[in-house]
Amino acid sequence: MPIPPRPTSNQPSLPQSIDATQAMLSDENYICDRALATLVYLALTLKRPVFLEGEAGVGKTELAKTLAKALGRDLIRLQCYEGLDAASAVYEWNFAAQMIALRAAGEGGLDEDALFSDKYLIRRPLLEAMQPHENGPPILLIDEIDRTDEPFEAFLLEALSDYQVTIPELGTIKAPEPPIVILTSNRTREVHDALKRRCLYHWVDYPSFEREFDILQARAPEASETLSREVVAFVQSLREADLFKNPGVAETIDWAKCLVALDAVALSPEVIADTLGAVLKYQDDIAKLAGSEATRILDTARARLATQ
Amino acid sequence: MIRANGILPPQGRLSRNIIYFVRTLRRAGVPVGPAQTLGAIRAVEAAGFTERRDFFFTLRACLVSRAEHLDVFERVFSMFWRDPEFIETMIQTMLPMIQTQNAPKAPKTAEQRAAEAMLEGAPPPAQPDVEDAREEVELDAEFSLSANEKLQSMDFEQMSNGEMAEAKQAIAQMRLPIKPIRNRRLTPSHSGSRIDARATLRGAMRTGGEILKLPRKTQGHRNPDLVALCDISGSMSTYSRLFMHFLHSVSLAKGQGWAQVHSFTFGTRLTNITRSLSQRDPDAALKTVGQLAKDWDGGTRIGESLADFNKNWSRRVLSRGAVVLLVTDGLERQDPEELSREARRLRLSSRQVIWLNPLMRWDGFSPQAAGIRALLPHVDSFHSCHSLNALRDLTEALSSGGSGEKQRLMAML
Repeated sequence: MPIPPRPTSNQPSLPQSIDATQAMLSDENYICDRALATLVYLALTLKRPVFLEGEAGVGKTELAKTLAKALGRDLIRLQCYEGLDAASAVYEWNFAAQMIALRAAGEGGLDEDALFSDKYLIRRPLLEAMQPHENGPPILLIDEIDRTDEPFEAFLLEALSDYQVTIPELGTIKAPEPPIVILTSNRTREVHDALKRRCLYHWVDYPSFEREFDILQARAPEASETLSREVVAFVQSLREADLFKNPGVAETIDWAKCLVALDAVALSPEVIADTLGAVLKYQDDIAKLAGSEATRILDTARARLATQ
Repeated sequence: MIRANGILPPQGRLSRNIIYFVRTLRRAGVPVGPAQTLGAIRAVEAAGFTERRDFFFTLRACLVSRAEHLDVFERVFSMFWRDPEFIETMIQTMLPMIQTQNAPKAPKTAEQRAAEAMLEGAPPPAQPDVEDAREEVELDAEFSLSANEKLQSMDFEQMSNGEMAEAKQAIAQMRLPIKPIRNRRLTPSHSGSRIDARATLRGAMRTGGEILKLPRKTQGHRNPDLVALCDISGSMSTYSRLFMHFLHSVSLAKGQGWAQVHSFTFGTRLTNITRSLSQRDPDAALKTVGQLAKDWDGGTRIGESLADFNKNWSRRVLSRGAVVLLVTDGLERQDPEELSREARRLRLSSRQVIWLNPLMRWDGFSPQAAGIRALLPHVDSFHSCHSLNALRDLTEALSSGGSGEKQRLMAML
């Protein structure tokens, strides 16, 4: 059943230093700070899972996608939700096909091994990640782990410490080489310490002005430099205003793209009022910015730009 | 002592220093296990030891697993890797018992400032044994609190007289039952609505491929979280203390209906007291609560405190269908507009908001105060909590799911 891994000579090799890691990520338009680059380098070298925690829209999921692209590996994504169980995370039997096989076999019955064989096995993300892959060990993204419940966390603990899963009918399946595991959490609840301490932990914060500007230039190159500067300065000032939900980097990029689509060359209170929905997602926050408040924040942002 | 076989030499200064560093971290309140220490030594080896910032990030990635520990880590790091011996002096000053037995030299002013920084991240001094605590509670409180804090902090001695003790005992027996909520996870059930295909096939294998019965499964149930927001301002003083006891017994009683209990106090500012209440000994737990919340018996800023909760905590503790227990008299001194707005936001992000108000003890209570008028429309149910009987009624009301006195009071608005 296992496919022998093919020679992976044409695969990009793992970066050999922290600098190389940072360069590799920025080549794929993922601009990150030294701390995150260190973490990624360690994860690749020591083969340990990464646990990224932070507000929505700061680039946690994006890191996994970028790594998959940069290393030429397959990306396997497990989106977590409440009630996620082994049947949707690890494997499931194809019952309909098994039923038909049983009926077709008729009186003689069917051998158990034949019924519970690879042919009827549906692989879900975790099992998929434990299988050999042509492109080398895959990137396993376990997204929004805080959405599941404690029992699944405990289950994951086992899967992530030994990189193996057990299927009662088939036995234990162990990954030939551990996958690169990235877990993300929006911290809508505390994930248990036992899981966190098996991972390399990083709190992904909102970036500084310069870094966010670099990110925007990399991700939305169609926006002019003046517009990008203004957008970033405005969003940075927004995060200082007392909002219910601060806009993330994803919102900054979205907004810049919206402004480009509207042919805006610079921010003005009218343009802001028309496109605020791309940045703020709560009615209370939008109402707060109606009228003079937006103008005030725009002025603060411009003043900040002038001093830089 | 940790042996780091085959990697950095165990006698090497660096691995030894990392181990000392981990010990210091632990004393500063960052829980780090031996496995993490080993991981850190391996990681330092992998990352190389060329740049100070890389060394910092490497250790941080391995040793810190909570956002709130990042600050402590940074401070301990900058101090430790400057002068490890200095840390030893710090540890001496951090441990009150050592301090009394063997008083160290008075630190110089710069060290003093660093000491304060270190102490900010440190846990409160270790609790003495339970037997000792009963006798020495006065002495200990005096010992660990500064004069100014003691004035503002809670006066626990007053609670320890006859009637109060009885009340506390009764409260310790109390439970707060709640209806479990539907879970999305499926569990086996005889009368379930869906067929459990996996169990069916397994059953069929036993009978040579013949399906004799169809095992079923259905949606399970799980317990919701409880979030208690307790007003500890001057006007609430007696009730808030007793309610702390109530919360303590509810937080500790496992398997009685709540998945997790998060507790907060507010007067002029919001304080998360969940971790303090998780200590088993009620006296020790309430003492740390008293130290943690600095605004006992002060003024009230309900609106601002709710805003603080909505902004910084609601997304972290209310996301899984939590029930909110709001304990306040609703006597808001600030803007009722803000209170109304924040109460509405709280209602929208929680499953149910239950308001407990000790003012309800008067028969002629009517919602006149601006704060009460602002808050009342945004709660699901309204109950009194001024006596043991009222608390007992509350547990009944919660299990039957009524809205308490809300309808009657809404009619009087």
